[in-house]
Amino acid sequence: MDRTSELKETIEAAIASRRPLCIVGGGSKNFYGRRSQGDPLSIAGHRGVVEYAPSELVITARAGTPLADLEQALAAEGQMLPFEPPRFGPATVGGAIAAGLSGPRRPFTGAVRDFVLGVKLLTGRGEVLSFGGQVMKNVAGFDLSRLLAGSLGTLGVILEVSLKVLPRPAVELTLSREVAIDRALDTMADWMGQSLPLSALAYEEPLLYVRLSGTERAVASAADRLGGERLAEGERFWESLREQQRPFFTEGNADLWRLSLPPAAPAPDLPGRMLLDWAGAQRWLRSLEDAQKIFRAAADLGGHATLFRSRGARHEVFQPLPESLAKLHRALKEAFDPHRILNPGRMYAEL
Amino acid sequence: MSTAKQALVRSLRKILPEDAILTEAEELQPYECDGLSAYRCRPWLVVMPWTPEQVRAVLALCHEGGIPVVARGGGTGLSGGALPLENGVLLSLARLNRILAIDPENRIARVQPGVRNLAVSEAAQPYGLYYAPDPSSQIACTVGGNVAENAGGVHCLKYGLTVHNVLGLSFLTVAGEEVSVGSGGLDGPGLDILALMHGSEGLLGVVTEVTVRLLPFPESVQVLMAAFDDVTWAAEAVAGVIRAGLVPAGLEMMDRVAIEVVEDFVHAGYPVGAEAVLLCELDGPVTAVEEESARAAALLRQCGAYDVRVARDEAERRRFWAGRKAAFPAVGKITPDYYCMDGTIPRHRLAEVLTGIERLSRRYGLEVANVFHAGDGNLHPLIMYDASVSGELQRVERLGDEILALCVAVGGTITGEHGVGVEKLDGMCHQFDPQALEQFHAVKRAFDPEGLLNPGKAVPTLTRCAELGGMHVHHGNLPHSELERL
Repeated sequence: MDRTSELKETIEAAIASRRPLCIVGGGSKNFYGRRSQGDPLSIAGHRGVVEYAPSELVITARAGTPLADLEQALAAEGQMLPFEPPRFGPATVGGAIAAGLSGPRRPFTGAVRDFVLGVKLLTGRGEVLSFGGQVMKNVAGFDLSRLLAGSLGTLGVILEVSLKVLPRPAVELTLSREVAIDRALDTMADWMGQSLPLSALAYEEPLLYVRLSGTERAVASAADRLGGERLAEGERFWESLREQQRPFFTEGNADLWRLSLPPAAPAPDLPGRMLLDWAGAQRWLRSLEDAQKIFRAAADLGGHATLFRSRGARHEVFQPLPESLAKLHRALKEAFDPHRILNPGRMYAEL
Repeated sequence: MSTAKQALVRSLRKILPEDAILTEAEELQPYECDGLSAYRCRPWLVVMPWTPEQVRAVLALCHEGGIPVVARGGGTGLSGGALPLENGVLLSLARLNRILAIDPENRIARVQPGVRNLAVSEAAQPYGLYYAPDPSSQIACTVGGNVAENAGGVHCLKYGLTVHNVLGLSFLTVAGEEVSVGSGGLDGPGLDILALMHGSEGLLGVVTEVTVRLLPFPESVQVLMAAFDDVTWAAEAVAGVIRAGLVPAGLEMMDRVAIEVVEDFVHAGYPVGAEAVLLCELDGPVTAVEEESARAAALLRQCGAYDVRVARDEAERRRFWAGRKAAFPAVGKITPDYYCMDGTIPRHRLAEVLTGIERLSRRYGLEVANVFHAGDGNLHPLIMYDASVSGELQRVERLGDEILALCVAVGGTITGEHGVGVEKLDGMCHQFDPQALEQFHAVKRAFDPEGLLNPGKAVPTLTRCAELGGMHVHHGNLPHSELERL
């Protein structure tokens, strides 16, 4: 189950022949990011939970471990991955970290990178390195573990990761109510400014959805205070939102854009339909508008945009970076993968 | 003044007002050290710009002249991270102390790096919001310094470290180029350089603006104090509380020595004679806090606490905390000197490590008080000594090394929140192998190819590790055999 030496040899061979590699976990997020040229490097067999101590709130697993296996192990102990990574199919742990995507609970408990405590990685120089560890607080050396979250395999092959986990809340309850979209943002901002046991806030026209998590009485009293209709199968709603199985995501031909914005930002002046998650900080847009216009609109509102799914070309996927920042990206790539072997071009053309 | 220094001062005067340049010995003296006074160095000169634009100009000038720069915030650091250089500029950011905006709608604050940690919460208070990270020095330490050290505090078990509470940063590269990372939303495009900047100890860039996340005040806060007559049981109680699914806002522990010293100092009402005291804070909606307090009290008793007290009112809650917060000064009262360690360990090894520290304490004949963030395994053993006794400081450092080695041996780390600075450079040689250290240097070069930002801190050179003999030897092969060894 530990394929480290085999993976290391493959990288060394790739360096020698100067043939780039495309890192593949479960293949569930092939649609995401720019297309990368290279021979596939599968990490699927490099799997298994290495260590899990529930009282430590830490789990360590090899990157090829199916995310579902990890979540099952945690659920058996009443714990969870608080960032609720979307699976989009047979996702692996490594893929979830490399993609850096977080689900509806993100504004309340944190993002993928917030729960990364340590990694073992294989650099583009073929070196196996360990950073961070299994402890909550650690400031020894640069935090290269968190840097790898969302790096789309451009800096190294994640071999193993230690993640902080959290106990599952005793009770969860989902409420919905009908409101207009501009009113929805106000309501979300109002609730976010109060001491409430919130764990998700989304808006899919015409309904505002709120999930409450916590102790039985705290959830019940918050539900009384907020009002609205109780969803019998609330968790199914959040899962279908996270996995993009709702009609908003599946119907029609328009591109799916992800806008990351200040939560109270007004609706961007863009054509298309919109769905709000993360209490307004993550907005999904179905639109055929020109990419540059969408990037500009997001930036004008203090955020950024990502072309998440498209049936068309995937040249411009991520928000263009200002030159000062792009320069640091190139320098970091050089520091981890000087031969440009790993997922070249997956994030930005020059990375 | 040397000619080189005179030339630099002349150039600085063109870009800075007169009062922003300190060159006289008596002006430089207060900057000789940060919170770790065992290491001192008179800075070559100190500059105190008023604006980010002036900071940029200073960096550009120094970069052009190949002059090293050490950035400094509140100077409260405990690892010598802001130790000046005798041939470089100490760049104080203390005057960049403006709160630029409080945005209650988006629950963020934009602040300059020299703003004190506590000032952020004070400014947000009228909106019912606060800034969660609360290092013990929060009255004096700055947000920029918090970013540089990825500072924690009592509440980070539940609310995270600085990195979890910062949404955006503007910083200047060594050449004075401005870079913004993160965004007004919950993430930024590209690689997570925002995360990388946290805990980078001023080696990668100089922060000029920080956007922090604000949280609503919890509706209710409650504190429990549990007394144990066996330190092992207290350690197990920590695991028990967390295993049961509770995530306290704070879970702090003190051992017998600390309890006695603190009680004598502040009369917090701690049970003198207990081998360990746990403070467990719960916060959130009123009903949740009621339910969780009852559960926590039952769990603590089950784990062997002989006395569990729930603070009856706000005054008592504050008194319980006053003891914990005064632990360092209290220890300072009874011993001429103390040395504060900062290791983190996996929680389940707590009892074993505490027993180990006690054994080492007896062997060295030096008393150790333990005050720590039990919830996240971050220990702060305070070694008491008298610096005027010849050779005692050296013994303290050896004991400290052994304690950190013990932390690393059980899977922990040499620093949880104070940073490496100059103090723990040797410890880094124990914790990381040469290839990992070289990767750190490669990252440093990506930001600062000439090594002008805070040189000599945080990441040891491979030569240093080789000299120390702390290099890992794999299969009997000495790594980097090309290096000179003295």
